[in-house]
Amino acid sequence: MNNAIDPHREERRLAALLIAPAAGLIVVMALFPIAATVSEALHGHDLRLPWLGRPFVGLANFVEAAGDPRFLSAVGHTVLFALVSVPIEIALGVALALVMHRALRGRAAIRVVALLPWTVPTIVAALIWRFMFESYSTASFDWFVHPRAAWVPIVAADVWKTTPFVAILLLAGLQTIDPAIDEAARIDGAGPLRRFFTVTLPLLGPALVVATAFRALDALRLFDLVYVMTGGGPGTATEPLSLYAFVALMQRLRFGYGAALSMTVFLLTFAFALIWIRTVGHSLTDDHV
Amino acid sequence: MTRTAGVIAGGLLLAALLYPIYRMIAASMAPDPSVFAVPLLPTAFSFEHYRALFDERDFLVPIRNSLIVAAATTALAIPVAGACAYALARLRMRGRGLILSMILAVSMFPQISIVGPLYLLLRELHLLNTYPGLVLPYLTFSTPLAVWLLTAFFRQLPRDLEEAAMIDGASRLRAAWDVVLPLAAPGIASAAILTFLYCWNEFLFALSFTLGPERYTVPVSIMLFRSRYQIPWGEVLAATVVASIPVVILVLTCQRRIVAGLSAGASKG
Amino acid sequence: MQSVGIQLEGVSKTYPNGHVAVRPIDLTAAPGEFLVLVGPSGCGKSTLLRLIAGLETPSSGRIVIGGVDVTTAPAQERDLAMVFQSYALYPHMTVRDNLAYGLKVRGVSHSVTRERVARVADALRITTMLDRRPAQLSGGERQRVALGRAMVREPKAFLFDEPLSNLDPSLRAHARAELRHLHQRLGATMIHVTHDQEEAMTLSGRIAVMREGRVEQVAAPLEIYNTPVNTFVAQFIGAPSMNLLPARLLGLNAPEGSLVGIRPHDVLLESSGAIEAAVEMVEPRGHDYLVHLRLVAPNAPSLVASAPAAPIERRVFLQFPRERLHLFAPDGRRVIEDHLRRNALQ
Repeated sequence: MNNAIDPHREERRLAALLIAPAAGLIVVMALFPIAATVSEALHGHDLRLPWLGRPFVGLANFVEAAGDPRFLSAVGHTVLFALVSVPIEIALGVALALVMHRALRGRAAIRVVALLPWTVPTIVAALIWRFMFESYSTASFDWFVHPRAAWVPIVAADVWKTTPFVAILLLAGLQTIDPAIDEAARIDGAGPLRRFFTVTLPLLGPALVVATAFRALDALRLFDLVYVMTGGGPGTATEPLSLYAFVALMQRLRFGYGAALSMTVFLLTFAFALIWIRTVGHSLTDDHV
Repeated sequence: MTRTAGVIAGGLLLAALLYPIYRMIAASMAPDPSVFAVPLLPTAFSFEHYRALFDERDFLVPIRNSLIVAAATTALAIPVAGACAYALARLRMRGRGLILSMILAVSMFPQISIVGPLYLLLRELHLLNTYPGLVLPYLTFSTPLAVWLLTAFFRQLPRDLEEAAMIDGASRLRAAWDVVLPLAAPGIASAAILTFLYCWNEFLFALSFTLGPERYTVPVSIMLFRSRYQIPWGEVLAATVVASIPVVILVLTCQRRIVAGLSAGASKG
Repeated sequence: MQSVGIQLEGVSKTYPNGHVAVRPIDLTAAPGEFLVLVGPSGCGKSTLLRLIAGLETPSSGRIVIGGVDVTTAPAQERDLAMVFQSYALYPHMTVRDNLAYGLKVRGVSHSVTRERVARVADALRITTMLDRRPAQLSGGERQRVALGRAMVREPKAFLFDEPLSNLDPSLRAHARAELRHLHQRLGATMIHVTHDQEEAMTLSGRIAVMREGRVEQVAAPLEIYNTPVNTFVAQFIGAPSMNLLPARLLGLNAPEGSLVGIRPHDVLLESSGAIEAAVEMVEPRGHDYLVHLRLVAPNAPSLVASAPAAPIERRVFLQFPRERLHLFAPDGRRVIEDHLRRNALQ
C-alpha cells in the first residue's frame, strides 16, 4: 500500500499558503504590468493624439526604433557604458575584497568605509560626483558640456558606488577558499603575484561570474545616475536606453513607443543573461573542483 | 615588502572611496559662495545651508515620507518574504523551480518597463501620491530580493533541529516558529536592513508615483531643488548629507549584517 | 512507562532519483528490547531509523508501533523520542527549556513538567547545567542533555542515531555503559543505529546487520559472532576481520569458490604442521600480537592471526581447529556444519 502521497498533502497545502502572499503580490503588481507593457509595445498609443485610439500595430514600434538614430545611439551608449564600467568595477572589487579579506586590524572600520558608497542613495552619489566634477571644471573646459567627457563623471560615480557591492560578493567567495591551498602554493615556492593569478583568481571563478552577471545586468539598466547627473545631456550625448524610454513614456507620452523601447531594455538584459549562462555558466559546473 | 605595498594600495583605495563623502560634508558646511573652492582642510564652517534646508524647504516632510514608506515596506516585506522563503527552503511543493524563476525574472526586469502600466494601475486605484501607492510597488520589487536572501539563510540552517522539534511533537509551523525563526534572526535582520535601504534610496518609482511636495520622498525632493539654470549646491549637498545619515547609522551599526546578507545572496546564486 | 514493540512489514524506501535506500524489510523489535542496526555507510540503517521515526515516508510496507499502524502518521504523532548524532539541541534555549520543550508542545502542565525535568536532570547529573545554553557545554554534557530530552518525554520507544560517534573515544566506553545502564533501568524499547561493530556487540540485545538496504542477519551478538550467516556478516563483525581462505587450499572437498573462515584468534601458530606460512609483520597490541602471515601456497593468500606471544621464527606452521572453522558456499552463504565434519582436515 503506497501511502507516500497523503502525508505530503498537508505539507504541500502549507507551502501553497505560505507562498501565496508573495506570489500573489508579484503576479498582480509585477507580472500583469509586465504583460501590459508587452501589450502596449505592440500597439500604437500616443496620449497626445487620443483620437487615433489604440490600434494593434504588431512590431511597428520596434521597426521604428530600429530606424531611430536616437534609439541606436542610446543602445550604443548603454552597451559601451557596460563594457567600460563593469571590468573596472570587477578589477577594483577584487582589490577591495582582498583588502577586506587580508586586513588584520580595523576590519569593522574598513567595512564601514567600504560599504558607504554602496549604501548611499544613487542620487546622492550622482550629486556628489556632479559637484566634484563641476568644481574641477574651468572656464574653458566644462566636463558636462563635452559630449564625450560627460561620460567620465558618470562612469566614475558608478564605479565608486558599485565597487563595494562587487567587493562584498567576492569577499564571500574569498572566505570559502581553503587557506591550506594558498599555503601549499607558498611551500611550493610560488610568489604572491603568481599565487594570486594561479590559485586565488581561479578559485574565485564562480563568485566572479555571479558578480559580473549582477553588475552587467544593472549596468544595462542604467537610469538614476544619468537622470540626476546630466539628464542625458549635453543634448542626448549621455542618454542610455532606459532614459530614452522614460523620456518617450513620461515626457513625450508616447506610451506604445515608450513601451517598445523599455522592452528592448529587457531584451538586452535577457540576451546578455542567456549568453552569459551559456558560455560561462556551463564551464562552471564541470571544471570546479 | 609586498605587505607594505599592499597596505599602501589598500589605504589609497579606501581613501578614494571615502574622499567624495568627505568633500560632500565639507562643502555642505562651507559658507556661500565659496562652495566650489573649499580647501582640503576647511577652516570656516557654516550651517547656513542646513538651516535653509529645514526652514525654507521644509525638508522634514520628505524625510518623514521616506521613513514611513521604508518602514512600512520593510515591516510588510519581511513576513511575506519569510513565509515564502521558508516554504521554498524546507517544504515539499510542486513548482518550486517555477516560483524561483518567476522571482528571479521579476528582479531582473528593468524598472523602466513597468513604470507606465504601474502608473496607470495606481491611478485606477486612486493610489497616486499616497503612501500605499509607493509601498505597494516597493513591496513588489523588494520581496524577490528578500526571498532570495532568506531562502539562502534558511537552507543553511541544520535540518535536524526542526526534525528534533517535530519528533518532540511540534507541528511544522510550530517548529518553524520555535526553532527556525530564532536561529534565522540574523538573516532576517540582514534582509530587513537591505529592504529598508532599497526603499530609502529608490528614485524612479518615487519620482513617477508622487505628484506633490507633501508626498515626495527624500531622493525626489533633492532632485527637484534644481531650478532651471543652476543647482543650489549648498542646500543640495546639505540635503544629501541629511539623506545619508540614516544610511550611515545603519551601516555603522549593522555592517556585519549587511555583509552577511549580500554574501548569502551571492553564495546561493 | 509502557514499552511497546515495533514491527516493520515489507518496509522499503526508494528516493525520487531512483536510489533504493531500503529494500523490503521485515523486522520486529520486541517490547523492552535493545535492537542495534549496524552496517557500513550507505547500508540504509539511518534511513530505516528515520522511517520508524516518521521523518521519511516508506515507499511500501507497514510500520506498527505498539499495535497501532503508524505508517501514515507524521512524526509528531508517533510518541517516539530520538537522539540525533549531532544531538540537535535547541541552541537558543537553556538546557531546562530544551528538556521541557517536548512536554510544553504537548500541553503538559507546568508542575508535571518541572517535576519530570528535575528528575531526569538528577538521574543524568546535569542539574547544575539547567540554566546554561548548549554552546557552553562539553560534548559529553550535550550528549546527556540530548538523552535527557528523550527521557523526559517518557516515550513509547527510543531511537538513537549514532549518538556516540561524536564523542571522544575515551568517553565512548563510558557513554556505552551509561546507555546499557539506562536500558536496564527503564526497560524501554530502544533502537540504536551505529556503524561501529564493536559498539553493536557490546550494547545490544539483538543485532541487525545491514548491507545495501537489506538485513543480512538478526540475532544475539554471540550467535552472530559464532554463526555468521554469510561472508559479509562474518567479516563485518569481529575485529580484526575473520580470515577467508579458499576451501580447496585447505584440502576440503567443497565446490570451487567455496571459502573457509577462521577468526584471527582461533589460528594456532605451531612449530610444525600441515600448513606453512611466512611471517610478514608483527603488530604488538599490548595484550597480544597481531601476526600478518602469507601462506606458502598457490596465490599466497594472506592471513592474520592474533597470538599471545610474537613468533620467533620467520616461518611458522598453522593449525586450524576444525570446530572453529566456518564454511561458506561460493555465493557467500554459510554452509551447515555437517559438511565440515564430513570433510575432515588432517
